[in-house]
This record gives sequence, structure tokens and C-alpha cells, in this order.
Amino acid sequence: MKRALPIFAVLAALLVAIAVANPFFLEPAGFLAFVKRAAPLVILAAGQYFVIISGEFDLSVGSLVTVEVVVAARLIDGDEAATWPVLALVIVIGLLVGLVNGAVTTLLRVPSFITTLGMMLVLSGAVFLWTGGAPRGALSQAFRVFGRDTLWSTLILLAVGVAAVLIMRANFGRTLVATGDNERAAALSGVRVTRARILAFVISGLAAAVAGILLGGFAGVSAQVGQGLEFSAITAVVLGGVVLGGGRGSVVAAMAGALTLEALFTLLNLYGISGALEFTVQGVIIIAAVAAGAVRLPFSLTPRKGDAHVAS
Amino acid sequence: MNDNLRDAPSPENTAPAPGSVAPSSGSPVSRETSAGDSGRGLSSSSASPVSPKARGRLAGMNLGSTQVVYLALLATIVVGWILVAIDGGDLLTLETVVGVQQRSAALGIVAVGQTLAILAGSLDLSVAYLISLSSLVAAEIMAAGSVPGAVTAVIAVSVLVGLVNGVVITKLKVHAFIATLGVALIIKGVVDHLYDGPAGRVPESFQHLGYDRIGPVPVSALLWAAVAGAAWFLLTRTRYGYRVYAVGGDPDVARLSGVRTDRVVIVTHVLCSLCAGIAGLLLASRLGAGAPTVGTDGGYDLESIAAVVLGGTALAGGRGGVAGTVGGVLLLAVLDSVFNQLEVNSFFKDVVRGVVIVVAVAVYARRAGRKRP
Amino acid sequence: MSRRKPFLVALAGVALFAAACTSDKPATTANQAAPSAAASSSATASSAAGTGEQSKFFVQADYDAQLAMRAKTAQGPADKPWEQAIDPQMVSTSEYKKSGGGYHLCFSNAAVNNPWRQVGWKSMQAEVALHKEITKFTALDAEGKDDKQISDIAELTGKGCDALIVSPNTTATLTPAVKAACGKLPVIVFDRGVETDCPVTFINPIGGYAFGADGAEFLVEKVPAGGKVLALRILPGVDVLETRWSAAKATFDKSQLQVVGVEFTDGDAAKTKSIVSDYLARHGKLDGVWMDAGATAVAAIEAFEDAGVPVPAVVGEDQQDFLQKWKQNNLTAVAPTYPTYQWRTPVIAALKILKGEEVPKTWKLPQPKITAENLDTYLQPNMPPLHYALCGCESLPGFPETWGGKK
Repeated sequence: MKRALPIFAVLAALLVAIAVANPFFLEPAGFLAFVKRAAPLVILAAGQYFVIISGEFDLSVGSLVTVEVVVAARLIDGDEAATWPVLALVIVIGLLVGLVNGAVTTLLRVPSFITTLGMMLVLSGAVFLWTGGAPRGALSQAFRVFGRDTLWSTLILLAVGVAAVLIMRANFGRTLVATGDNERAAALSGVRVTRARILAFVISGLAAAVAGILLGGFAGVSAQVGQGLEFSAITAVVLGGVVLGGGRGSVVAAMAGALTLEALFTLLNLYGISGALEFTVQGVIIIAAVAAGAVRLPFSLTPRKGDAHVAS
Repeated sequence: MNDNLRDAPSPENTAPAPGSVAPSSGSPVSRETSAGDSGRGLSSSSASPVSPKARGRLAGMNLGSTQVVYLALLATIVVGWILVAIDGGDLLTLETVVGVQQRSAALGIVAVGQTLAILAGSLDLSVAYLISLSSLVAAEIMAAGSVPGAVTAVIAVSVLVGLVNGVVITKLKVHAFIATLGVALIIKGVVDHLYDGPAGRVPESFQHLGYDRIGPVPVSALLWAAVAGAAWFLLTRTRYGYRVYAVGGDPDVARLSGVRTDRVVIVTHVLCSLCAGIAGLLLASRLGAGAPTVGTDGGYDLESIAAVVLGGTALAGGRGGVAGTVGGVLLLAVLDSVFNQLEVNSFFKDVVRGVVIVVAVAVYARRAGRKRP
Repeated sequence: MSRRKPFLVALAGVALFAAACTSDKPATTANQAAPSAAASSSATASSAAGTGEQSKFFVQADYDAQLAMRAKTAQGPADKPWEQAIDPQMVSTSEYKKSGGGYHLCFSNAAVNNPWRQVGWKSMQAEVALHKEITKFTALDAEGKDDKQISDIAELTGKGCDALIVSPNTTATLTPAVKAACGKLPVIVFDRGVETDCPVTFINPIGGYAFGADGAEFLVEKVPAGGKVLALRILPGVDVLETRWSAAKATFDKSQLQVVGVEFTDGDAAKTKSIVSDYLARHGKLDGVWMDAGATAVAAIEAFEDAGVPVPAVVGEDQQDFLQKWKQNNLTAVAPTYPTYQWRTPVIAALKILKGEEVPKTWKLPQPKITAENLDTYLQPNMPPLHYALCGCESLPGFPETWGGKK
């Protein structure tokens, strides 16, 4: 948990700075609007966390979000009655994509970077092949309420957060951390490494599906809804002090990383940092944050036992 | 004119990820390929050049995956030729042959640099933005009248970016994925802040680089060949190359054997950035101007990594080589050309590309696995 | 650093080669100074209304010409705006005449990566199918990459095409490639232009200044003096979008309106919604929203709905989702257009050229705007939400299914 402390300090500082610039932020409505906006990224970061802690990457979540929204819009096509079956289908698609990612990565031993990069190309190509290049149809009001209504998205976010923490506290969480920490050691001590990794990808796919539901609800159908989200999610997780390569970091900190990223965007907007230089600031902060985290660590390569148990 | 949405940052362009996490080669035990050899060689004779025997085995291993790429390339050409012929066209006309080379030159040059980075166990997501920046630096200085000045400036900028990448990765201990992604964002911010469209002007004399050809071989392809040749020479005939394989194979073993791993990684990143700078020069000469989106529109970050792994270089580092990368780039370009001829929907192309890349790497993983003692 | 030597040697070697060999580059100089845009920008008085500096893309003469063109009547068949032309200066094409039909048309497309280009591309294919004399139609998609489009154009010129249609990805950078092609076959350019007049004809609607002014003038008319207006732009640096904004800026600067912000949305609905919400929170109230493209109009409107405040005067575009929202909520709105029917015209122009008929050198198509009066004509509930109303495709075979609509 120690590693995670700085991110909460940074987050708190950013939130205070936002509140100073925009007092509306202190009112419940203002703060909840921020939470609603951040919810999809926080959920994606939680999903990405499971993959990263197990020593992998998931680059396909951005295009998966796009696929979910575009598929839902075409199938619902404005028909309220279709909402629930399509919601179920969206979840199933997320699980399936995660399963394929996990299976290809573990069973075919393709590095997850390549697996999910390929999946990214396949997903974005396939969905627009199916719809003829641009999104079609429309989402129903019942579908959109989850992302558009502040209460719903806040509740979903809370549920995801609690679930993520519970998973990491359960046996599976420890298994996952052990897998990412030292695959061989984990395997030798009886951990089913392959299964743990596949499940991590499935969780990430599920998180992308939920994020897709929220994003589609928030702003409606759009071909770019998921653009770049994979990088934001990975950045958020890393900001939260989770180590790329696996084995170290907490899911709460990963979600805090996502909130921090979102708060940073909001703040840069508020202070009107020239649109373009915003990226430069972002780049510097990301490198600095990770460097600060890395330099404090001893460079020993032997896994530190304690780390495997701080995963929440 | 939503038409312009095309310029909106696209996710593929923003930069993806790293390679140090290949699960298959996770344990040192399974890494008995060329890297393993060189690693062992190192530990016995510290930093001396590879023994001829070890080098022979190393080359033999490389040939393995390289052969696969070139066989796949040949098969693609044959199958593509047949498909195009059935469609009533001809794949092997002068225009298409020149087209394949023109299309692949810039990506090829970047991919050669990316190969170095990946072999050393790193990777570089900043190349796409560096290409844009280089094209702008080149075109702006050329517009002011100095071609040698422009080339020098591009080299200086590239070296600087490479140094920053390398130093952040080695000295600040930031994972290459995050380090180069961060540097990419920094360059993006600067470019977007200073430019909002094509700028500068490339004199006609310099445009020969992008447009001339000697018979069926464009000058740009010769440039690519020269860069690839130089990299091949570095990797197989110099101490540096040998250390790259050692560091990528197992940094700890390399360090214990007396290799200054940090320095190797930094030099590698400088060379990788230099390749991106050269690609920027080439693109500037093609476009006649510098363009702030030329690197990202081309998706050179992700595509170069895809081409490298398609060419049989292991994402985890230490295994592979430039020859495979050249084959990988050509394979992608020929696929493109066949799709072009058949006028395949670009969305379908993405699906095929995604599948091809994953399948290729799965095949390599199987082969590597079978060689296990 | 001896390691860098190979590269330098390689460069030097290449430079030596360059002297004596084949070149696919146009013989004429490939780069005059970027003519209109950057060079002759005039620094107009700026920023009384919070609109910032005038864009360096702004060219007063073009601006004046486009604004004047809006009032002119186009020549040509009344029910086919894609065949009409404003103030045409006809040029002879007899040198390209090729009798007997059996034409092979080629098309280098910048991209098909957004709904606007999708709709247009389908219309173009349908137009080609209308003409029996076109026996072959070869189209290459550059996927938004300048470098690929340059290669594509070079490849197409070697394929025995009778005429080449180009929709350039970028204005300045595609110029050398288009010039090279001009020497070999008749070239038709549409949508974005190139910096050379070598193409036989350049086809596009009136243009960005007219588009931007249409929306801004509407706000000036509908929003009371002193009212707060938010301007939403997609991204900087794209000539077409810069002209739209610079015309709107010129209009706002002359008005009593207060432009409280100019923001870039990246064309992203979620970002748009967030920006509008933020401005609502900060200013309490907005009286108008201008935008340079309508794709995110609905998201902006929803931000007002979600905040529980009435939707102010708003500028959109001819996408069905916006038109539907407009009708449903009885909004105060206007939709300038950049009609997708311009994708039909190049095919028609190519046939005219190959038959030796005169065509306008600069083929300016009419650019209508959708207002409350004519909204119902353009609202098509059977079409998908991202369909563009001014596709001119209603009479084409395969409508509406090909464009994603329901019978």
C-alpha cells in the first residue's frame, strides 16, 4: 500500500486545485458530474489492472469499447424492447474477446502486446466491415440511462470498485499477483498460471463492455468513442504505481490513477493551458510520476514477498 | 465536412505497447536461442567478440525465422499474383513493383530502427511523432535555404530524442512503454503547439530522394537498403551488435558479464530515433513539405512494431534480426498492394493484418518452443 | 561516434545517385510557395469578442468571393444540384476526347474513415453504376495517409486509366503527385484542392467561409446582443475547418455577441459534452453554440438537456440525428452543409471530359443551408442517424438500403 500513497496525495492536490478554480466542483452536482465523466476510464483501468498485474497488456480495450457501442446501436436501432437482450449480448462479447485474448496469449504463447494489437485491428476492422464503415442505428433511452444518469453511473462505478477490491482480496487475487511476480515460482507452487491469466483478460473484456455501456450512454453513438482509451487506461494504471511487467501494485491505486488522469485533464482545461501543450504537460507528468515511483524502489530483482499481499 | 475528422487523433496512432512481457520466453530456461548462446559466450569470455562458432549458430537461428518470413513473402506474392490475375489484373507491373517499394521505404527505415530497440529488449513508441517533427524541421530549414543544415538539424533532433528516451529508460528506470509514450506526448504537444498544418518547403533538388528511381528501384528503397545494411553490419559484425543481443537476451547476465547495459540501450535508442529522423527526411522529400501528422497518419509506431515481430524478432528481445524485419515490411507492403489491386475494403484489410500478425507470432512461438531441449 | 558513419555514407551515396536517373517527379517545379493560404494572410482586426487571433489561413479575397457566391443562382438542371455550377468559366476538353466509350475511370480516395466520406463514396459508386460507358472503375483508398496516396496516384497513372479522379488527403503535400499525374492523363480534383491549376477541373461546393458565416450569421440574428456564445471546433490546422472558423470569427467580431470560449473537441462526442457542461457550470448560461462541423451537435444539445436548462440557438450540419433532434425538440437551429452530393460530380465531369464537352475550370456547386422552413424536406426518418441529408442519392439505384436506410 505504501507505493500507492503518493497517487492519493497527487489526486487530493489536483482535486483541491480544481475546486479553487471552479467552486461549482464542491457542490454535490459538480463533483458527481466529474465522477460520472471519470467512471468509464476508472472502470477500464480496473480491468486493465488485472491484466497488468498478471504481467500482460491489453491494447484491445479501446476498440472493444467502440465495437460494443456500434454493435449495440445497430442491434437496438432505437427499439426500447431490444435493450436488455442487447445489454446481455454486449457483456457476452466483452467476455468472449477477453477469452480469445487470454487463450491466444497463454495457449499459443503470443506476447499479449501482439495478441491484443492484432485484436485491436481485427475488432475495429470487423465492426465497420459489418456496418459499412460508419455506425448505424441508435441506442435506446433505456440503454443510455446508465451512462447519462449521474446516479446510475456512480452506482455502477462503486459496484465495479467494490468488486475489484473483493476479487483482489480473494484467493484469485493472490494467484494473479504471484503469476505476475514470478511465473515459474507461481507455477511450481501449484498456481494455475494459464487459467489465472485467461481470467484476467476476461475481466478486462468485461470491464471494457461496462465502460462501453457507460460511454455509449453518456454521449451516444460515435465511431471514435473508444479511441485511445487503451493508452489512457494503461497510463492510469501505471500512474497508480502498478508496475508494468506484473506482480506489484494495488487495484485501488490503479483506479485512483484513472481519477488523477481525469482530474489532470479537467484542471488543464480549467486553467486553459494551450490545447496543444496539454500533451506535453501530460507526457512530462507521466514520466515523472513513474520515474519517482521507480527510483524509490530498491533495484533488487528478487521479488519482495510482501508485495504479493498488498494487492488491495 | 466531417471529413476532417480524419485528422482527429486516432487510437492506433497514439501509441501502444511494450514487449518485455512475452510470456513464452519468460523464464531464462526457455530462452535457449541465439540470445542464450551469446549470453553464455559472454559470461565465459567477458566482453570479447563472439566466437565464430557462436556467431554461426546465431546466424543459423536467425535464418530459421527469416526463412519463414521470406517463404511467406514468396507465397503471398504467388497467391496474390494468382488472385489478381483471376480478377483480370497483373500484380507484377512496373508501377506496382515501384509502388510496393515506395510504400514500404519509410516504414522499412523506421522498422529497422525499431528492430534495434526491440532486440535490446526495449521498444520505441515515439517514432511516429518524431517522424512528423523531423519532416517539419527538415522542410523549415530547407525553406530557409540549407539542405545540409536541414539534414544536420534532423540528425541532431533525432539524437537528442533518442538520448532522452534512452536516459529515461535506463537512468530513471521508467518502463520503455511509458517512457517513449511520454516522450511521444511531449513531442506531440510541441508539434501541435507550433504547427497547425503543413509547413516549410523542400527544394526540388532534395525531392529527387523521394521520387527518382534507377530502373525499377526507387532511390528511397536504396536508402532503406543502405540503412538496413548498416544496421545488419552493426548487429552481426561489431561488438555493439553482439551486446545488443546480450542485453536483450538477459540484461542481468549481460551486466554480470561486464556489458554496460545502460550504455547499449541508450545507443540503441539513439540509433532508433536516427532511423525515424531519416524516415522523416524521406517523407519530407516525398511530400515537398513538412507535415505535423505524417507520422501518426502513417501509424509508424504500431506498424513498425508489427513489422518487426512479423519478421520474427522476439518482442522480449535478444532474438531476431534486420533481415527478418525487411521481409516483414515487404510482406505487409505486398499484402497492401494485393489488397489495392483487388480493391479490398480497408476495414477488411485491418482484419486480415491483425490475423496475419498474430498467426505469424504464434507460429514463431511454436517453433521456438519445439527447439526447447 | 563511428557508428553513425554507415548512415551518413548511405545518405551521401544516395545523393550521388540522385543526379542521373529516372524520376517520377513532375518536371516543373513542385513547390511554389503555398499560394493562397499562408502567404497572403491578412491580419484583420482581432478579438473584440474573445475570438482570438484571426487564422493564418484567412484570405480576404476568397472570403468575399464565397460570401457573394451564396446569393448567386447556379446554372444547370434545377433538380440536380450536383450538376449545377456557380459562375462557371468553361474550358475546352477536346484534347482529351476519346470516342467509343469503354472508359476506364480511376479514383484515388483520401480515406473512407468517417460517415461523411462513407455517404459520399457510396454515392460515387452508384453514380458510376449509372453509366454503361464506364467499363472499369478502379479506386484506391489511401487510408488517410499522404504518403500512400502519393504512391497510389503514381500507381494509378500506370494502369491505363482514361481519367483520374483525386480526393486529396492534404492540400499542400499532394500537389507534386497530382502534377505528375496531370502530364499523363486528365485529372479531376474534388473536395479539398491542390496548389496547382493543372487538373482539368476542380470541383467543390462554395466552401468553408460560406459554411462558417451561415452558422455565425444565424446566431447573430437569433441571440440578443451581449449574449454568450460558445464556439466548438474539431481541431486546428485543417484548411477547410480553418476557413469555417475564420469566417465565423469575422462575423462575431462585427457583432455584439460575446464569444466566451473557442474549444477543440477532436470531433469526440464525449469530449464535446464535457466541454459544454463545463461552460454551463462556469457561466451559468449559454445563449448560442456555434460549431464547425455537426457530428457532435447532438452531444452538445444533450449537455443542455442533462443540465436541465433550455437548449439555446445552435448550429449543426445535415446529419439525420441532428435534424431529428431539431424537429423533436423544436430547436432554434440552422444547418449549414458541405453536401456529399459533390461525390457524384467528378464522375459526371470525367465523362464530359472524355466526350470532349466543356467543363467549368472551377466547378462550384451550390451549398444550401437547412433552416426551420425547409427542415422537413431534409429530415428522413428512415435513414440512419449519421446519414447526411444532402447526399443527392435519393434517385440513385439501391437507395435507401445501400446508404443504410430502411425502405
